[in-house]
Amino acid sequence: MLMLFTANTGVKKKKKRSYREFGMLLILVVLCIIFAVLNHRFVSAENLLDMFRNTAILGILSVGMMVVILTGGIDLSVGAVVALTGMISAMLVRDHPGIPVVVALLVAMLVGAVCGMINGLLVAKGRIIPIIATLGMMNAYRGLTFIISDSAWVSAHEMPTGYKALATGGIGPMSNLVIICVVVMAVFYYFLTYTKSGRSIYAIGSNAEVVHITGIRKDRILILAYTILGLLAGLAGMLWVSKFASAQPDTATGYEMNVIAACVLGGVSIAGGSGKMQGLILGVLLLGIMENALPLVHVSPFWQSFIRGMIILIAIIVNVLIKRRSTAQILKRREI
Amino acid sequence: MDTILRLENITKVFPGVKALDNVSFDLRRGEIHALMGENGAGKSTFIKVITGVHKPEEGKMFLDGEEVSFDSTRDSYSAGIACIYQHSTAYPDLSITENIFLGHEIVRPKTRALNWRAMHKSAAELLDRLGVSLDTNTTMGELSVAQQQIVEIAKALSSDARIIIMDEPTAALTKQESEDLYGYTERLRDDGVSIIFISHRFEDMYRLGDRVTVLRDAQYIGTWDINEISNKDMIIAMVGREITNLFPKRSVSIGEPALEVKNLCKIGVFQDVSFSVRKGEIVSLTGLVGAGRSEVAEAIFGISPADSGQIIVDGKSVKVHNPTEAGNAGIGLLPEDRQKQALILDWEISKNIGLGNLTKFTEHFFYDVKKENEDAQTLAERLAIKASSIFDKASSLSGGNQQKVVIAKVLTTDLKVIILDEPTKGVDVGAKAAIYEIMGDLSEQGYGILLISSEMPEVLGMSDRIVVMKSGRVTAEFDKDTATQEAILEAAILNTANVS
Repeated sequence: MLMLFTANTGVKKKKKRSYREFGMLLILVVLCIIFAVLNHRFVSAENLLDMFRNTAILGILSVGMMVVILTGGIDLSVGAVVALTGMISAMLVRDHPGIPVVVALLVAMLVGAVCGMINGLLVAKGRIIPIIATLGMMNAYRGLTFIISDSAWVSAHEMPTGYKALATGGIGPMSNLVIICVVVMAVFYYFLTYTKSGRSIYAIGSNAEVVHITGIRKDRILILAYTILGLLAGLAGMLWVSKFASAQPDTATGYEMNVIAACVLGGVSIAGGSGKMQGLILGVLLLGIMENALPLVHVSPFWQSFIRGMIILIAIIVNVLIKRRSTAQILKRREI
Repeated sequence: MDTILRLENITKVFPGVKALDNVSFDLRRGEIHALMGENGAGKSTFIKVITGVHKPEEGKMFLDGEEVSFDSTRDSYSAGIACIYQHSTAYPDLSITENIFLGHEIVRPKTRALNWRAMHKSAAELLDRLGVSLDTNTTMGELSVAQQQIVEIAKALSSDARIIIMDEPTAALTKQESEDLYGYTERLRDDGVSIIFISHRFEDMYRLGDRVTVLRDAQYIGTWDINEISNKDMIIAMVGREITNLFPKRSVSIGEPALEVKNLCKIGVFQDVSFSVRKGEIVSLTGLVGAGRSEVAEAIFGISPADSGQIIVDGKSVKVHNPTEAGNAGIGLLPEDRQKQALILDWEISKNIGLGNLTKFTEHFFYDVKKENEDAQTLAERLAIKASSIFDKASSLSGGNQQKVVIAKVLTTDLKVIILDEPTKGVDVGAKAAIYEIMGDLSEQGYGILLISSEMPEVLGMSDRIVVMKSGRVTAEFDKDTATQEAILEAAILNTANVS
């Protein structure tokens, strides 16, 4: 404690560099090299673009999940909201083929936002712990999807071409999905770093009591966070149906776990309060690469899930070890 | 009567402060020994030395004539010393029996299985010995505070405690419950248990104590037989210090009322609290711990709003249901626990300061980090925060500098009144003086300041007026010229206005 008074002079005015994302970047590079050696096609432009396209929806959902996890919460209902909003938008265009695609998209996002807001209200006003509240709503939203669809699919031939083109189309070689994902990431990078609400989200996850006593309306921020995730889940739901050209009531069952895994891999702390967009992108890419590369290097489908699990564990362990080292070094520097 | 516990010349130093200075003490077998002193006199530290939480730098401790040294409460516990705290440390979801036998369960010799029947029986016997009957299957959470204390006493007895220390046991009890507790305590004494009893209440001391020891400002003042010392002498023993001139109290022109509080009530917590703070004035709200001053501050700031009464800021009556409304009304708070309530320790100084008023730094939807940094820099320089830069983490600062960061954070908002709750708690002497300087500056700038403090010298040295509370009521108000330590303590302890 006392040394702080003497450490006052001669220290450069510089922000400390963050090493948080360094470990994950290293793992990502090593994995890419291994996969590239095993199969040269992995690094072809065509394959990489395909991989990005397949990872975009995970990326969009992970951004929303990160916002919620930063507040110290979690949302298990995203998979169900994806299914519900996808189903609603698909049924809408099936029954009214003349409707512009944008309207279907807005409806999906609106429904998603309402679902998210309900979660947020349960957590903020109902004071139900997030994992329980969203576990309950997960089942409710999933059930709702079965009810409105009468447990039937909306298949490709029932959808107008414009609807399907949303996911299959693109600008030049870039798929629309990737473009939307990049825009979402950019918008929320700015939202989290350069807005009042973004600051408050980090603050709540770090110390909710401080936020309350400082006079920030905590409940509103919490509801906002869950609503954002719902909105993005609505967007993802419509994109999902458009991409697979099929809306099914059991779409994206269990997908919330992939989304949470991407956040954790990206260095977002489950305890809340810390995590960055840069890290999240790496986490999403790591999951995307494994999805894409394991079949490409001819790993048996039986083994893929197991290997994926092991790589996730190893990645997290290595990341934690590197982080600990760099924290130790910061502490050492302080002692000098 | 022979001596069971003796402490000789105990000195305990914390960074920057002497918490105990050459304190000696002896406890006889089968006596109730009251330990008295103002807030911060060193009573708690003294108890923690006995129970092995703190290791003293100097001094010796003898138990049954043999020198002992405890490294943890575990050591002292197995030596037969148990401590019962004001707030129960029990496990609310476990039963009475489970709480009593946690850590030393009765097991069947061969199978090592828990012998519940024996434990329930033994628990019932222990409670019986204290003269109460409770169903031993009841969970701790269902019991009243008084009943929980009895279970804690039973727990102490179950491990054959010979010395029981009670820290403010009657603070949360009603009159009848206190009366019951006196009964159990006397029963224990008659069984040969020695008891150290800490209390702010003179009633407790006179009713129970055989002898009394007074500490003041970390020093041992004396030990008396209870019928040897009068009220007046006791108060003099507790406060008879010289006031040093650590306090740069400035004469500031005092203006219109900045804050008026009228008949503020919160059932069971405080009643009919009225006072005012004028612009440029420093008003102390004082009283012993538990008198309700922090609760009044929390009500004014909307953390736990009052049931009835009026709060007037700058001539306008305001409704305060939460801290956001308090801030909008022009009331700021420096919370008592800066690490838990005011700072995000993991954040940089600049971000912590900015958190005080996010709206101020937001323009056209975007947060202006540059402006935040500029303002933080200005405030940091004005308050002389010692750090390598405003990008240091709050966790790396000393207590005094953390407190300055919190003041900077509060000052980002446009305020009329600032409530300072124990602003110098846990900071060293140098930082204290700096915080007093800042208080002087703020009063010169026309802020009304409500100071809540347990430190008598601080209250006397810094205040223009002093409002004293006891048991949830205002019992006296003094001008800085008429206030004396004795008069304040008398109003805080003796005034028998009772709330129930």
